[in-house]
Amino acid sequence: MADTDYILETRGLTKAFSGFVAVDGVDLRVRRGTIHALIGPNGAGKTTCFNLLTRFLAPTNGTITFNGRDITRMRPAAIARLGLVRSFQISATFPHMTVLENVRVALQRKTGISMHFWKSGRVLDRLNGRALELLEAVDLGAFAGAMTVELPYGRKRALEIATTLALDPEMMLLDEPTQGMGHEDVGRVVDLIRKVAVNRTVLMVEHNMNVVADLSDTITVLARGAVLAEGPYAEVSRNSRVLEAYVGSEQVGSEQVGSEQEEAT
Amino acid sequence: MNGGHMYWGFAALIGFGLLAPVAGIYPTFLMKCWCFALFACAFNLLLGYTGLLSFGHAAFLSVAAYVAGHTIRNLGFGPEWGILAGTLSAGVLGYVFGSLAIRRAGIYFAMITLALAQMLYFVWLQMKFTGGEDGLQGVPRGMLFGLIDLSDNTNLYYLVFAIFLAGFFLIHRVIHSPFGQVLQAIRENEPRAISLGYDVDRYKLVVFVLSAALSGLAGATKTLVFQLASLTDAHWHMSGEVVLMTLLGGLGTVFGPVVGAFVIIGLQNQLADKVGSWVQVIMGIIFVICVLVFRRGIVGELGRLLKRPL
Repeated sequence: MADTDYILETRGLTKAFSGFVAVDGVDLRVRRGTIHALIGPNGAGKTTCFNLLTRFLAPTNGTITFNGRDITRMRPAAIARLGLVRSFQISATFPHMTVLENVRVALQRKTGISMHFWKSGRVLDRLNGRALELLEAVDLGAFAGAMTVELPYGRKRALEIATTLALDPEMMLLDEPTQGMGHEDVGRVVDLIRKVAVNRTVLMVEHNMNVVADLSDTITVLARGAVLAEGPYAEVSRNSRVLEAYVGSEQVGSEQVGSEQEEAT
Repeated sequence: MNGGHMYWGFAALIGFGLLAPVAGIYPTFLMKCWCFALFACAFNLLLGYTGLLSFGHAAFLSVAAYVAGHTIRNLGFGPEWGILAGTLSAGVLGYVFGSLAIRRAGIYFAMITLALAQMLYFVWLQMKFTGGEDGLQGVPRGMLFGLIDLSDNTNLYYLVFAIFLAGFFLIHRVIHSPFGQVLQAIRENEPRAISLGYDVDRYKLVVFVLSAALSGLAGATKTLVFQLASLTDAHWHMSGEVVLMTLLGGLGTVFGPVVGAFVIIGLQNQLADKVGSWVQVIMGIIFVICVLVFRRGIVGELGRLLKRPL
């Protein structure tokens, strides 16, 4: 157990789609208890990388270890149960369930009664207190009874984080947590990530460089599926190869708001 | 979700069921309606509440119909055993079909269930005990628990209605159970449910087996009503009809499939001797209108007007 310092490690992680290599031999090491950002221009393979780490895609080559355990061939739900939980690029909520139910369905898993189709739903009420606490933590306490579909976008992202927190994961993977948000919401989410990262490790894909600079301890820059640079923001942002990859320096350090379409699958 | 208006709905349903035969509606017609209502409710559990479109549900209706008929007529057991054996056999078949089909999603899932059901159709056609094209005829209704004479239409009617209610309330319970919450999560956002650590395939398999078994309960009961199990139950038309009933009544609503079953069976009954095989064309037109004009179905649209889920 020489590498307990690193909670997540990949070696030679590769994903080839027919005729094109989206992720090419990536060695990524995420130090325990840090916020690690994965950045790179469009099509660099960030989201593919995320999908590989959580096994939503099967890698062509390479290994992934989480807490010293090889998870390369595990099923996605099993990986989530180990404590490596992801969010999605487009906010992932259950739209026609109430805000409270969204969090509760995550809390419910550890109770072991999720297969009990003969039980009244009222047995879940004892989880309401904890669910409300989690909602309060992301300023959603007042919305507990609302239908999720009716929430504004920024609130949905907050709900998604509350739902992820309900699992109390050791490590969170956040796929563009501030994407498509207005200024005020971005600030709120940044505070939230900082708050939830206290006892956890966070790996995030993010385009907003202010957010990245503000939050991350380490940054890995991907370009064309391979690691281009790695280090703290101050170092990476001066790296000439990184600047070149972004086609001119103006995009690094400036805020990018808008829709970034990654090659997802 | 479960507001007071639901209890009015339940009360209306039970009241109607109890009084309908007294009011002079032909009991055999009503029994047929209740059987198909249960079948459609079981189907709705899968499509409406989990988002899985099976196009082979006739398989479960038919296996239970034949097994019940065989158990009662050829093996000489009482009607309660026939219904039990039929329901169990449908559950087992549901496990087999489900295990094969849930590896795929969407249209592929539908196609696999259709293919398996078609295979079963030809198995029934070839096997001896099913009576092939003649069907398994002359199933005695017998005595329920050796006590109640089911050849009396009134007795049988209340048994059928009780079976329907038991199935209907079981489904209602499942929808609102902890398990039902996970099903809803799977329907709403499957990748997210996986990322919360749920093995969604296991949940899908369990609900598939439940739906199959309840469809079987409907099929076995129907055998008792008509004293006959036939290839009609196994034909893919039957799988299509249950989709139509559910959509017409209102997908993902509690009462929709019941209303849909009554409307479809009622129309078939009224039109069969007037327009002959044109009834199929009329069903097709209804389906098109339903999809174009009121996509939520009868009960779904009603629920929207009342601003309440029904």
